[in-house]
Amino acid sequence: MLGLGADRLRADMNRLLAFLFHQGILDEQYLQLQQLQDESSPNFVSEVVNIYFHESEKLLRNLRSLLMDREFSDYKKMGIHLNQFMGSSSSIGAKRVRNVCVAFRAASEQNNRAGCLRALELLEHEYCFLKNKLHELFQIEQQRVLAVGVRYPMQN
Amino acid sequence: MVLGKGASSSLSRKMVDGAEDMVSNCNDFTVLVVDDDPVIRKLHDMHLKKFGLSAQVVENGKTAVDLCHFGATFNLILMDKEMPIMDGVEATKELRAMGVNSLIVGVTSRDSQYETQAFMEAGLDFCFEKPLTADKISFILQELNKKN
Repeated sequence: MLGLGADRLRADMNRLLAFLFHQGILDEQYLQLQQLQDESSPNFVSEVVNIYFHESEKLLRNLRSLLMDREFSDYKKMGIHLNQFMGSSSSIGAKRVRNVCVAFRAASEQNNRAGCLRALELLEHEYCFLKNKLHELFQIEQQRVLAVGVRYPMQN
Repeated sequence: MVLGKGASSSLSRKMVDGAEDMVSNCNDFTVLVVDDDPVIRKLHDMHLKKFGLSAQVVENGKTAVDLCHFGATFNLILMDKEMPIMDGVEATKELRAMGVNSLIVGVTSRDSQYETQAFMEAGLDFCFEKPLTADKISFILQELNKKN
């Protein structure tokens, strides 16, 4: 019975991953991350993604702070933040977030403040959605690992 | 997209399958990763570990230049383009002016051909769009083996 739990959780994970790929939220770069994970670095994916979350939230705060400033005109600084956000999003396979960054960057290159504000709201929304889904994925993975541990207890 | 002096236009499966041979040849190579993004630093470090390489990582071009100025040598430098304090273009120019002849590979999140060309003209051997993948690393290490 416990074995079925681990199998069911694996099926849940695969379903969620398939959904994320189908919706274009993640791309094949996420699979590259998974391939880098091994026994010597069993938490590599979650470590990288957690760094990504931490950095992304800083970048989003910086972008919002820039745009909320009435005197704002530093589109170059905005471009720098966006380039970093694009690079790290591409590197973990966060395809939709990256695509919004591209549109955001285009608005900033045209000094289009209204366009930038709209892009920022969309970026915050996409980022939140991605974060929630990845947290869900990691939770299922944690439960699956625990279930496998119960199924195959360590032998002394 | 890859630009490079004499870069081949396709990455053959042979390079990835030959990774084991590359690992045995690569263990003595020294690598410097220059990037202000901790996500990229961690990712590139892990990619390189898979090929038996451990990298030194720094956060901006100035630190990379200072390291080389004080005598550090690297076979391979992975150089981000946009960084605070000193960007990749400036750092590459300074390294080449110092006589550094490492394989310097640019990594950029911008796909503009004009900007990539400017980065190449600073003295890069190759330039890739982020992210680096196993195939791109294989290609780079094959070039490194040829150079050495």
